[in-house]
Amino acid sequence: MAGSLVDKLISPFSRTARAERTARQSAERAQLRQTARKAGVPSVSVRDLSLSFGNVSVLDHLDLDVADGEFLVLLGPSGCGKSTLLNCIAGLIDVTDGQIFINGWNVTWEQPKDRHIGMVFQSYALYPQMTVRRNLSFGLRSARVPKDEIKRRIARTAEVLQIEPLLDRKPSQLSGGQRQRVAIGRALVRDVDVFLFDEPLSNLDAKLRSELRVEIKRLHQKLANTMVYVTHDQIEAMTLADRIAVMKSGQIQQLGAPHEIYSRPVNRFVAGFIGSPQMNFLSGQLEPGPPPALRLGDLRVPLDRYAFAEGGAAGGHCVLGIRPESVAIGADGSARPFSHEVEIEIVEPMGADTLVWTKLAGTNFAFLVDSESRLKIGERVTIGFDPGRASLFDEATGVRL
Amino acid sequence: MADRPSLEAAASRAPWISRQLAGPRGPKPRPALTRRNAFLYGTLIVLALYYLLPLYVMVVTSLKGMPEIRLGHIFSPPVDITFEPWVKAWSTACTGLNCDGLSRGFWNSVRITVPSVALSIAIASVNGYALANWRFKGANVFFTILIVGSFIPYQVMIYPLVIILRDIRLYGSLWGLVIVHSVFGMPILTLLFRNYFTSIPEELFRAARVDGAGFWGIYFKIMMPMSLPIFVVAVIIQTTGIWNDFLFGVIYTKPDLYPMTVQLNNIVNSSQGVKEYNVNMAATILTGVVPLFVYFASGKLFVRGIAAGAVKG
Repeated sequence: MAGSLVDKLISPFSRTARAERTARQSAERAQLRQTARKAGVPSVSVRDLSLSFGNVSVLDHLDLDVADGEFLVLLGPSGCGKSTLLNCIAGLIDVTDGQIFINGWNVTWEQPKDRHIGMVFQSYALYPQMTVRRNLSFGLRSARVPKDEIKRRIARTAEVLQIEPLLDRKPSQLSGGQRQRVAIGRALVRDVDVFLFDEPLSNLDAKLRSELRVEIKRLHQKLANTMVYVTHDQIEAMTLADRIAVMKSGQIQQLGAPHEIYSRPVNRFVAGFIGSPQMNFLSGQLEPGPPPALRLGDLRVPLDRYAFAEGGAAGGHCVLGIRPESVAIGADGSARPFSHEVEIEIVEPMGADTLVWTKLAGTNFAFLVDSESRLKIGERVTIGFDPGRASLFDEATGVRL
Repeated sequence: MADRPSLEAAASRAPWISRQLAGPRGPKPRPALTRRNAFLYGTLIVLALYYLLPLYVMVVTSLKGMPEIRLGHIFSPPVDITFEPWVKAWSTACTGLNCDGLSRGFWNSVRITVPSVALSIAIASVNGYALANWRFKGANVFFTILIVGSFIPYQVMIYPLVIILRDIRLYGSLWGLVIVHSVFGMPILTLLFRNYFTSIPEELFRAARVDGAGFWGIYFKIMMPMSLPIFVVAVIIQTTGIWNDFLFGVIYTKPDLYPMTVQLNNIVNSSQGVKEYNVNMAATILTGVVPLFVYFASGKLFVRGIAAGAVKG
């Protein structure tokens, strides 16, 4: 009698009971996730998120929705809060204000392990004393997944990432690219809803970086998981993303498809940050017209083909942004709506093409030409561009006009 | 393109360049005996002898009989080697009423040192881990208090500790002393562990959290396996410190439970009878053997641990 009473009292705390309870909870969660998917909720939702340490505000009332299966890249200069935002989504940093939802489930106060996320870190963060196999299974063992299930999932993951021969090695015996592959595998093996990448390729050399970039893209196409990817490398951002969120000082400056951010930056910061070599900025006086035009000293750039935002063309100080790659030279240049003859000051061969520096309206101005066109310093050429494909910003606020 | 400037071409016009071309190449020769080396090694050898001399005197004296010692040649090697003093020091020398030599003190010291080292390291490593990785509210205040604690001289706390131990009925027992040693080891050990764990990349800790490991899971499965060197350092610091302790041993225990150091003092400083220098020397060496052994057994790991704690994991 006494024995059974004790059993009854401790049974809710026994290991099997706990395992059963977590299994039941995760089954319930899985069902909720199914209904959430059907209802079309965003995979990750950040609502009015703020984070500050003392007086320093790191994230400032940030809103962000990531659709199911979307590849979203958080892009920005260092210190803009992109990694912090990712860590908040992962639950590694407590937020000051706001909410975070994953598949409709409010996870603001939940532990990282309960958020159904996998994370890949810049420094790989592999457990050095464990073999690759133990590294992969660590999360599953923590969650008390049965042994044969662990074996099955490791086999599947190793096959996807082609790391089968490495399974019994220690991380110190792997190269950088292999390590990062294992780190991705560690997220993959856990069957998570959302993958979080924190600058995963920054520690690799240029060749490996481009290889793994392609591999991540392939992985995303294959798995169709939601991925949030932090980087400061705009090439990674442009090539991988479905949408890019450009961040600066804790705020999202622009959220949109890569080509949209490239061709129609919403402000001068985004325009300057995206694109390499950097966009040229020429400041001048806007004449509302009609037809509208920009006066750069003695020069006049016609803006009749430029698509103004709702505000339209009011007068005032403005900055015209032209990408070096949208400038043409010679006869091709003279055919453009705006053209001018300039003297070449510096020539920078970059392999595929050549960057040429000159002065336009007293400002340094760069443009790209084919590497075959052998321009010499001091030579005079006609350059031209289409102002319809340029960007115009208010000089004071930096906002696109 | 034919006349790119070259050293060979220039040598024909400026002859001194050909002398330069024939000059030194490859590694710079390093003669074994230079004035600098002689000075350096000379100083080192002299210093080593200076520090080894007392040890030499102790060893030779402990191997002499009393008649030979009375001759007064303290540096001369023993004529008639005897191990009698060693046996006496270990098993029959008298302190107070007990005449079972240092052996009693040795076992007391073992019974004090082993639990103190284990307890203090167990607590301090978790302290350091919590302070380094789980920045809980008030962590900085806690840490500051702990460090300030290490600057207060021990002597100030002797009497309060006596009262505390008396009130919890542990005064005069081995466990009381174990607690005292663990408490006094806490600041330096916590600092040691905290600094080491801080040097382990934070991302590793974050990865383990995402993988679902909790406070203890991360400690036992991730942090501890990576921290062998610092555990060795802690063991050495604590073992030598606690083994060599005299003050706490004499205050917080009673004659039956005196550690080896206290007993050594009682043997050496006994005021009755003849001063048996050979027994005293043997007893002193016996007492010092344990820390020496610990150091030699794990010296390499010790150096590695100190270096790892200082730079990076």
